[in-house]
Amino acid sequence: MSKANSYTTGPDENGRFGIFGGRFVAETLMPLILDLEKAYGAARQDPAFLDQLQDLQTHYVGRPSPLYFAERLTEHYGGAKIYLKRDELNHTGSHKINNCLGQILLAKRMGKRRIIAETGAGQHGVAVATVAARFGLPCTIFMGATDIERQKPNVFRMKLLGAEIMPVTSGAGTLKDAMNEALRDWVTNVDSTFYIIGTVAGPHPYPAMVRDFQSIIGQETKQQMLEREGRLPDTLCACIGGGSNAMGLFYPFLDDESVDIIGVEAGGHGIDTPEHAASLAGGKPGVLHGNRTYLLQDDDGQITEGHSISAGLDYPGIGPEHAYLKDTGRVTYVSATDQEALDAFQLCTKLEGIIPALEPSHALSHVGKIAPDLPSDHLLVMNMCGRGDKDVFSVAEHLNVDIG
Amino acid sequence: MQQTRLDNTFKQLGERNSKAFVAFVSAGDPDPVTSLKIMHGLPTAGADIIELGMPFTDPMADGPSIQASSQRALKAGMTLKGTLDMVRQFRTDNDETPIVLMGYYNPVYIYGVDAFIHDAKQAGVDGLIIVDLPPEEDEELCIPALNAGLNFIRLATPTTDDARLPEVLANTSGFVYYVSITGITGSASPEQNVVEEAVVRIKRYTDLPVAVGFGVRTAEQAEAIASVADGAVVGSALVDVIAESLDSQGLTSAKTVTETLKKAQELADGVKRA
Ligand SMILES: Cc1ncc(COP(=O)(O)O)c(C=O)c1O
Repeated sequence: MSKANSYTTGPDENGRFGIFGGRFVAETLMPLILDLEKAYGAARQDPAFLDQLQDLQTHYVGRPSPLYFAERLTEHYGGAKIYLKRDELNHTGSHKINNCLGQILLAKRMGKRRIIAETGAGQHGVAVATVAARFGLPCTIFMGATDIERQKPNVFRMKLLGAEIMPVTSGAGTLKDAMNEALRDWVTNVDSTFYIIGTVAGPHPYPAMVRDFQSIIGQETKQQMLEREGRLPDTLCACIGGGSNAMGLFYPFLDDESVDIIGVEAGGHGIDTPEHAASLAGGKPGVLHGNRTYLLQDDDGQITEGHSISAGLDYPGIGPEHAYLKDTGRVTYVSATDQEALDAFQLCTKLEGIIPALEPSHALSHVGKIAPDLPSDHLLVMNMCGRGDKDVFSVAEHLNVDIG
Repeated sequence: MQQTRLDNTFKQLGERNSKAFVAFVSAGDPDPVTSLKIMHGLPTAGADIIELGMPFTDPMADGPSIQASSQRALKAGMTLKGTLDMVRQFRTDNDETPIVLMGYYNPVYIYGVDAFIHDAKQAGVDGLIIVDLPPEEDEELCIPALNAGLNFIRLATPTTDDARLPEVLANTSGFVYYVSITGITGSASPEQNVVEEAVVRIKRYTDLPVAVGFGVRTAEQAEAIASVADGAVVGSALVDVIAESLDSQGLTSAKTVTETLKKAQELADGVKRA
């Protein structure tokens, strides 16, 4: 593919990033997403909307999140200077709240009376339930039955926050199935309901809108790095489920040619096995959940289940903008296995006193692969997009530790 | 565009002042052999048009009944190629009954749009309903299909307002499928007067026949709907009969074909009373 002049002009008016993205939805939803596009287009130019969002980001979420020099990880790997963008310190414990605040303000503005969302790890569900509580809107969270089992603490948090949890048993009972069910709810309750999608996927305008709300991660990083080191970082690294934390960090740097950008997919048991969730490495372009993107699927176009130790990463697709950035070569996509993530999880906990979520542990494991060979003045930023409190039970299980 | 089997069917029904019974089953449900038998029996049971579902793992606009039906078919090994084979076999002794393939875009996209259109046309398919291809994505499949002489049947819904209707109808041919409720297949039943208003509204913008579906379950409902439209579509109620007829292992039983066709006959009788 030819090199683009700018990587930040997408999507086009049809919601396309190159051939990816689009609006592949049932007619019932079409008028709704056109409405949403219009409402979002107006909101993003309205100073009152932006002021309110910023105020909440500061005082409710606790932004800006620190850009932390991870001294001991840096020493341990003995190469690049490792910085962690600490979005795990956000209220609710992950980057998901950045997007949820933006979308709930939009829902209010559009006069919607009910919120729905899908969730995998439960981090997005918790963030949605949180903003729904804050703004006094009832919310229903669709969550795969399998994920409900492995993310119990988050399920209880959502219930405490007043959300209704709808277990989804179709398919493998994970994130993809939860998204199907949320879409089914949305076609049924078109007038009242706002669907807060949790990642840079879905029909246009979601991928662009979620990216925009998450871009604060990259904007802050840029400014913080300039203040700290007087220059841009050399490498960015983030994990990818649907790709929202990664897009948020990457987007403001896409046109900074000197910056190497790396996305880390979930390699599960290895991308040479059927048990992984690396859509870019192991999938091919197809159409699901409203957009064209790389999907894990068989030769008949049937979607296959992703696997990852991390419930937040086992989605068989990926945001369409990532598909585009892969094909243009602007971003490099790699993967890390379950085991590598578990190892990185433990290392970070012991060396930095930061318990990371299993999702960014994938990114950290890749940092461990490249940092030793990089010079000591190489500035490497990893998005620490979530904290690991939610994962301690399942990590204990993987380590064969009985914590009762 | 040339006259298709769909055009002829609606024309003949119109001349008799009769309404169309459109029967939906998933290709390969509960297995390819039984499914073909059901398909063969549907015209005799009174189906004027067969809507054949192309099974997909993630049928986002479908309720539990059609999801399950799709899953049974996939489990029994049905593929898009297998679906086209079924149509081919059906056509060996039925050249009249229109067949509309209904499903989602991804299997077609992976099959390859040009290859799919070519093979579908050759197999004897008359029209396509692709749930997740709104007019905004017409370049993908709708335009190439129309150029090849396949009808592209669009869904109009309660959320399709007057401003949008012309766009939705623009590249529609064969008939218009009015989705009578906001929701998934097999859910709430539509109100007759609401449907009537909608059909009248659509007919202000098109001369095409309007068939109505989603939520039609009984012969009485089929009659009520057909009396205010050009046809009634029934899917979930038929595939529920398939589901109920299966043995304890979930396999086809002696009752599967007969019970399904009996239900089809009841529904057809309802439509014909309209
Ligand atoms: C902490 C954390 N990181 C990453 C993800 C993956 O989502 P995305 O790729 O959209 O950032 C999740 C999803 O649940 C998450 O909870």
